[in-house]
Amino acid sequence: MSKKLSLVVFHGNFDTAVAAFTLASGAAAVGYEVNLFFTFWGLNIIKKKQGRAFVGKGFLAKVFNFLMGGRKNLPLSRLNFLGVSPKLMTHLMKKRHVATLEELIQASIDLGVNFYACEMSMHILGMDKDVFIAPVKEVLGVAKFLEYSEGGEVLFI
Amino acid sequence: MRRLDITRDTCPMTFVKTKLELEKLKPGEVLEVYLSEGEPLDNVPKTARAQGYEVLDISHVEGGTYLVRIRKRGGGG
Repeated sequence: MSKKLSLVVFHGNFDTAVAAFTLASGAAAVGYEVNLFFTFWGLNIIKKKQGRAFVGKGFLAKVFNFLMGGRKNLPLSRLNFLGVSPKLMTHLMKKRHVATLEELIQASIDLGVNFYACEMSMHILGMDKDVFIAPVKEVLGVAKFLEYSEGGEVLFI
Repeated sequence: MRRLDITRDTCPMTFVKTKLELEKLKPGEVLEVYLSEGEPLDNVPKTARAQGYEVLDISHVEGGTYLVRIRKRGGGG
């Protein structure tokens, strides 16, 4: 039977997103089936709108989504300095020939990693599936998560 | 013959790029991978073999650079 790795991508920080997609693309490249479950802050990584945008249903949800922003606004979990650090970090990554977050996400998509979004946190934030990039193939809850991750390794990031 | 240079890449892109190139091979076709000693040299041939590809040979190019030739099975050649 093939090996399987499932990640719960919860935190949605720049650095944790890099870690998640490094593991995801690396595992997929060596033949693992890989599932990424995006929930809460992690949903910001997979929004179509990469900057700040009023998405979602209802006034509060729109404001919340605007403040959180998208992939270009992911904060560094330490030493964020109002969002300057993730840009500096990307600069350093390029300089040191380490894959950037964008490259890791594209590699994960190319390698067939499965992207899923959490129904409950989407409900809170008034989001529909069409808020997310195309590779997000299904919206699901705990029961489906357990089903899809069964028999493999599970990590919470 | 396809050629891939991952001498300047780091984990995980070394074997991510290799995997994406290997997927493009036709049966019998060979991929030449230029890589650095250390992690890439340890892992790229190993993961290629584990996924059913044939590692034809590993040769030293210069300095810390090596050439690994990987063949997709089948195709009679």
